[in-house]
Amino acid sequence: MMAGTIENRDVFLSKIAKQLGRVPKTEMERPTWQYQPQDRVLKEATKDELVEVLVEQCKNIHTDIVLTNTANLPADLQKVIENYGGQSVITWKDKRFKRFGLSSLMTEQWPQANIQLYEWDSKQPEENIRQAEKANIGITISEITLAESGTAVLFSSKDKGRSVSFLPENSIILIPKSTIVPRMTQAARLISEKVRTGEQIASCINFITGPSNSADIEMILIVGVHGPMKATYIVIEDQ
Amino acid sequence: MSMKTSDDRFNHRVSKELENTFMRGAVSSAQERFQTRRLKQADELGHWEEWRSHGEEIRKHVLANLDYYLYQLSENVSKRGGHVYFAQTAKEATDYIQSIAKKNKAAKIVKSKSMVTEEIDLNAALEELGCEVIETDLGEYILQVDDHEPPSHIVAPALHKNKEQIRDIFKEKQGYAKSEKPEEIALYVREKLRNEYLTADIGITGCNFAIAESGSITLVTNEGNADLVTALPKTQITVMGMERIVPTFEEMEVLVSLLTRSAVGQKLTSYITTLTGIKDEGDTDGPEEFHLVIVDNGRSNILGSEFQPILQCIRCAACVNACPVYRHVGGHSYGSIYSGPVGVVLSPLLGGYEDFKELPYASTLCGACTDACPVKIPLHQLIHRHRQVIVENEGKAPVSEKLLMKAFGLGASSPTLYKMATKMASPAMAPFTKDQKISNGPGPLKAWTEARDFPAPNKDNFRDWFKHRQKGGDE
Repeated sequence: MMAGTIENRDVFLSKIAKQLGRVPKTEMERPTWQYQPQDRVLKEATKDELVEVLVEQCKNIHTDIVLTNTANLPADLQKVIENYGGQSVITWKDKRFKRFGLSSLMTEQWPQANIQLYEWDSKQPEENIRQAEKANIGITISEITLAESGTAVLFSSKDKGRSVSFLPENSIILIPKSTIVPRMTQAARLISEKVRTGEQIASCINFITGPSNSADIEMILIVGVHGPMKATYIVIEDQ
Repeated sequence: MSMKTSDDRFNHRVSKELENTFMRGAVSSAQERFQTRRLKQADELGHWEEWRSHGEEIRKHVLANLDYYLYQLSENVSKRGGHVYFAQTAKEATDYIQSIAKKNKAAKIVKSKSMVTEEIDLNAALEELGCEVIETDLGEYILQVDDHEPPSHIVAPALHKNKEQIRDIFKEKQGYAKSEKPEEIALYVREKLRNEYLTADIGITGCNFAIAESGSITLVTNEGNADLVTALPKTQITVMGMERIVPTFEEMEVLVSLLTRSAVGQKLTSYITTLTGIKDEGDTDGPEEFHLVIVDNGRSNILGSEFQPILQCIRCAACVNACPVYRHVGGHSYGSIYSGPVGVVLSPLLGGYEDFKELPYASTLCGACTDACPVKIPLHQLIHRHRQVIVENEGKAPVSEKLLMKAFGLGASSPTLYKMATKMASPAMAPFTKDQKISNGPGPLKAWTEARDFPAPNKDNFRDWFKHRQKGGDE
């Protein structure tokens, strides 16, 4: 990747340093903080208790939630698909769908039931967007799941397009139970560690909490604005 | 529009707004909802004071080392293929962005909500080039279609309009034929804007928090519009006020937790998005070209001054929602895109005392703003300090505080007002009242209620009770 340009930096930063009464700084150690209240939230909670918190929070964020295991996942996913009216589905290109035992549902049952499936294909950029735009349902997988806020964290990549979770009218997010943590604190630490060890983080990391919404008109809540109108989380027992 | 939104005199603006009964009703009910939700979230989170102290220490540390973090940010953005432009003035920023638009032969530009782009008057600069600029936040879009009306609230820009007015705007300007139901209006806007995202040449965003260590920018929305603005067009431009930065993801997380609770009473908004550089190799969506424009525009003059704490601000508008003066006069009275207590402090600093010298008097100095602030900016003290500076410079106050308070309907001089105020005390305290005790009081009650409960105002106030008693009541 070619490095980008940086313009006007020296004069800009010198002014700041001057206002702060010193010379510009380009080295610094990581600060230590006096307060750390974030560690206390759901500190002692077990995984099962975190699932309970997540289920409860889904009520506040207008999101349906289904608890299942890999054996029942195909049937449970199918119910949600039907509930959203079937038609057309777009997914990431992701080996985990196969690992969750969804291959036969997706590649055999759906064509028979006239449900179109499009899998994200990095070689067909324009087709990806066209398909995402017309798909009724988008399916993605959470990398880290925040119990407190009911949030799924998605990492983009060439096989995991950003548009799959934004453009279709309905969004289904699969949540492996092992990905559930208390809150955003744990996710932020995980990502920070990647940054510090020099790993390249995804160009887009989405913390998604339910369907899109707005209260811009008379403070009345409208669910479904620019992103999905409806959302379902499916928690899969995977440990 | 630039930061200044009106050439009308302050007193005229206030008198005009006071007559807008819909606005006044909308603002007071919105304030109540915002406040109740914020307090509920703070309560559920627990240890709120500790969270505020942590937020404060992060923001203070960043400001004290701002040059270092901006240096680190620019290095890391550049490593991920992004271009960084440091703009000392609004003009430098808009000139640079104009040059990007020209180079890309941009015809259509989609934008997500950003206060700093309003401040530097970016839309006008782009429209001058012949670009079509489309705001995508629902509230901003409504105002844009309504002949670029200025926002009246930092978080909910179209708060002063009712749904019938909004329906009529779309009807008149775009031939909208459906009802005033918010869902129908939103669906109409969704369909209308979908095509704009897909055909835009450039996406422009603001920045809630830049992350120095990774070179990322963080965008906080409920609608998901910022995601479409950044995922679909080939070029992305992000404009940030230079102080909107944190060291790492860990501090971003803390400030986002404070922001979403304080702004809208949510644990997190629907979309928190961190974007790092240009799209990765092989990615279909995301920008091929990314520009980060870091704007000073007067902020560095505040650094090192006694007003430095205002740069801690994370634009949550909790102070706006707590302010009794804002409640009465609404956002447009301030004549600045930054309204409420934060606007009172910030507008004269960024725009000069000449245009904004009356603003520091649009405050009762009650301190409710300071108590609501999630990063502990001593707002009412800064407002007071502005007054001192103005009097030192001019030898007298530009407006009579007493007359203003009367105009705001906040005086206790008239028996009618006094009666209303004491009658109001009970319902106004209702959100804080539990078992006839106030245990989590706002404003001046807070210091007391932190240590002990305060008895809730009686449903009968003294005057009513006395009158009743004279008539031969029992108690």
